[in-house]
Amino acid sequence: MGLTKEQIAHRIAKELKDGYYVNLGIGIPTLVANYIPKGMNVVLQSENGLLGMGPFPFDDEVDADIINAGKQTITTLPGSAFFDSAMSFGMIRSQKINLTVLGAMEVADNGDIANWKIPGKMVKGMGGAMDLVAAAKNIIVAMMHTNAKGESKLLKKCTLPLTGIRCVRKIVSDIAVLDVTPQGFRLLERAPGITVEEIQAKTEGRLVVEGEIPEIRFN
Amino acid sequence: MNKVVANADEAIKDIQDGMTLMLGGFGLSGIPENCIAALVRKGVKNLTCISNNAGVDDFGIGLMLQGRQVKKMISSYVGENAEFERQMLSGELEVDLIPQGTLATRCMMSGYGIPAFFTPAGVGTEIANGKEVRVFDGKEYLMEHAFESDFAIVKAWKGDHSGNLIYRGTSRNFNPLMAMAGKITIAEVEELVSVGELDPNQIHTPGVYVQRVFKGVNYEKRIEQRTVRKK
Repeated sequence: MGLTKEQIAHRIAKELKDGYYVNLGIGIPTLVANYIPKGMNVVLQSENGLLGMGPFPFDDEVDADIINAGKQTITTLPGSAFFDSAMSFGMIRSQKINLTVLGAMEVADNGDIANWKIPGKMVKGMGGAMDLVAAAKNIIVAMMHTNAKGESKLLKKCTLPLTGIRCVRKIVSDIAVLDVTPQGFRLLERAPGITVEEIQAKTEGRLVVEGEIPEIRFN
Repeated sequence: MNKVVANADEAIKDIQDGMTLMLGGFGLSGIPENCIAALVRKGVKNLTCISNNAGVDDFGIGLMLQGRQVKKMISSYVGENAEFERQMLSGELEVDLIPQGTLATRCMMSGYGIPAFFTPAGVGTEIANGKEVRVFDGKEYLMEHAFESDFAIVKAWKGDHSGNLIYRGTSRNFNPLMAMAGKITIAEVEELVSVGELDPNQIHTPGVYVQRVFKGVNYEKRIEQRTVRKK
């Protein structure tokens, strides 16, 4: 069964801390914004030039000049700031952004990530992903543990062109929460009803399992 | 100093086949709609276009792709455009994909007079091929060069007759960076005012970087992903 996309986002939101500046990628990472704990002060960065991203606008508030990196219409919040694209990646490279959450096609057990290109099939470009993964202090990947054929996407070595090397810190997949350590993927939590054996079977990279592995809890 | 020209056609009249152009915007936000339409009318070909994205099939740079006016595209993300993909896969269109922050800084550095810089983006990936790698404080960085372009074409919210520019919201994006990087920079603005009407404290692009400015007309400001919440 495993987690839904919303549940993956919900689990990632538990990694947020008060005062964090956070960049959320397109897809599941965007959903993390829906689970920021009440009362916690988290500022969302959109790399096309906004700090303090608010919710989607009401129909009569839509403004073509205010969009997020996924090109969706959005709103600002009290205290928001606009800036150009060079400054935007400046604050990313200089590690002012505390946490980056993004998707991945493959992650290797040394923290390498591939998420921008499938040779001969999909070449849309890396957008800001290479800048983000090269510099962020703390990178969490939201992903499905296996592909449509049931093959592991958590590998010994990425097969697709890399986006960045040795940069992923944590993975929240549909079946497990794992840290990337010098020994490989360290299993921290498992999705409700998913066994350690199943996670082992679906993880091609080195997997470290120590002691009892608790189920993921959302509260 | 008066840099005002009548319209987009006059602003781009000396853009020739084979030139390199920068075009501001992120997605369809903050793109120079009037100048793109004028470039389509003029029919210049074999252009190299530096722009974060390549528009959609029937808007933005997509219109120039339809007319096969672009020889090479330098961008960070080119999804959302079927004609682009077709031309790229068939080899008609040359494409250079580079990380978004690197693209932005390559434009900015041109306007800062700095020929090259070091960035961590892309270290260990295929885009590092052939690039100089230097180690600073134990970490690897790639050397990237500032961009040169014959024309930079940007869109601003407000501008004055001397080319001072103010942008609005996230339509700022690459516009002020590219404005600094053109041998000739053309700015199209929604509101064109006399010298002295803009507050000097609010200027994003000082007029020294801008050679031509005109008031754009009929802005469509198309939205790619209109996303709303319910009341």
